Amino acid sequence: MAGDANAEQDKAQRFRDAALPYLDDVYALARYLMRGSADAEDAVQECYLRALRHYDTYRGPAMKPWLLAILRNVCTAEFARRGKREIAVDYSEDEPASEQLPMWQEPLRSPETVLLREQDGATIRRLVAQLPQPFREAIVLREVNELSYKQIAEVAGVPVGTVMSRLARARSMLRSAWNVAEGSPPITTSGMSP
Amino acid sequence: MNCAECEILLHPLIDGELDAFHARDVEAHVATCAGCAEKLKAFRAMREAMAGADLKFAAPASLRNRIEAALPSPSAEIIAPRKFFQPARRSFFGGFAMGSALSAAIAATLVIGVFRIDQNQQVADEVVSAHIRSLQAGHLMDVETSDQHTVKPWFDGRLDLAPPVIDLTAEGFTLLGGRLDYIDGEPVGSIVYQRRKHLINLFVAQRLGAKHAGALTESIQGYNVRHWSEQGLDFWAVSDLAGDELGEFVQKISAAVHPSGSS
Repeated sequence: MAGDANAEQDKAQRFRDAALPYLDDVYALARYLMRGSADAEDAVQECYLRALRHYDTYRGPAMKPWLLAILRNVCTAEFARRGKREIAVDYSEDEPASEQLPMWQEPLRSPETVLLREQDGATIRRLVAQLPQPFREAIVLREVNELSYKQIAEVAGVPVGTVMSRLARARSMLRSAWNVAEGSPPITTSGMSP
Repeated sequence: MNCAECEILLHPLIDGELDAFHARDVEAHVATCAGCAEKLKAFRAMREAMAGADLKFAAPASLRNRIEAALPSPSAEIIAPRKFFQPARRSFFGGFAMGSALSAAIAATLVIGVFRIDQNQQVADEVVSAHIRSLQAGHLMDVETSDQHTVKPWFDGRLDLAPPVIDLTAEGFTLLGGRLDYIDGEPVGSIVYQRRKHLINLFVAQRLGAKHAGALTESIQGYNVRHWSEQGLDFWAVSDLAGDELGEFVQKISAAVHPSGSS
């Protein structure tokens, strides 16, 4: 069936053109979800394999969130297989953050006195990686993958209102950790550093 | 607006995702609240710091090559998971790959399902979000009155359409008032009713569900949603009221909207 083979080749080429430009985006999300680089690479590979298989039924709305949603499912499936429900765990919205983040219970200085400390990229990456799910996912989809709230809602399978509250929680947790982490002297509210 | 509401809504404000209507509320609150003003400043600084920092990870060339090599395979059967993964590698997804193609198919179908959401479904989600926002923000009503003859003219000049405002107090649904809301970037009228402790938002718009004239009944995040179209208008009723009671509400509104009954 040379015709079929050609059609498949053609499909693979179209898929390659459409999907490969987002490889860095998919890999970045994988790094934040899977934490390890080898695990992330395997997840990305599996994601592209699945995406190609389902490219026939792909209807949009956009390639990037579609790929990221597939990647998220690959990671969820992998955590389920390992018996950890890392992604599926959904903390109730009103649960105090301190329960999941004991390391942030004793801030070294009161966050109220610090507007925002300067941090380098590596520190920020580490702080984001330490956020619990699903807040980590929300902030990465927003700040790293640069999706709109609507697209984040599609990827995470939750309403836009939930995306909003998750981002608020994620940034609050991040701000506390951010100001506690070692870094340059804080920028104070008055704008004058000692 | 209080601080708790502001703390959530300042994020969509920073991200440019808040409609002008709510943005004005947040800014008004921030102007009078030093605590929230500082938070806004700090989160804006954080956003800028994150945008300026390199938070991305570039895919290694070896990964790109592996995927490139695997892609042009002529058929789905040949790109079997066993072949796709390099056997010598610590088989991270090995259990999965060997397990079954069936579970792969199911998992992938779930993904695809997310993207089959038709426009009605997206609007339904937005309608529920708008309902939740209206409860959270203490911003249930712009015009607070049980008098339908006050609510109806209030919408004049605020909307291109005249939402029917029907008083169902006698039938157990108390008219509380009206509100201007935004769904999918479009201004919509919301008429607020109450049954016992349950609030109902009745959203009325010109054409939210686009060509979908079909009625819709479903439950999203624990809220019951009914959608129907009538007289060239789109109606969305959202409430935590039980499905059958919301159905009763919809029937009564629908009956009153019909041309025979004019106000």
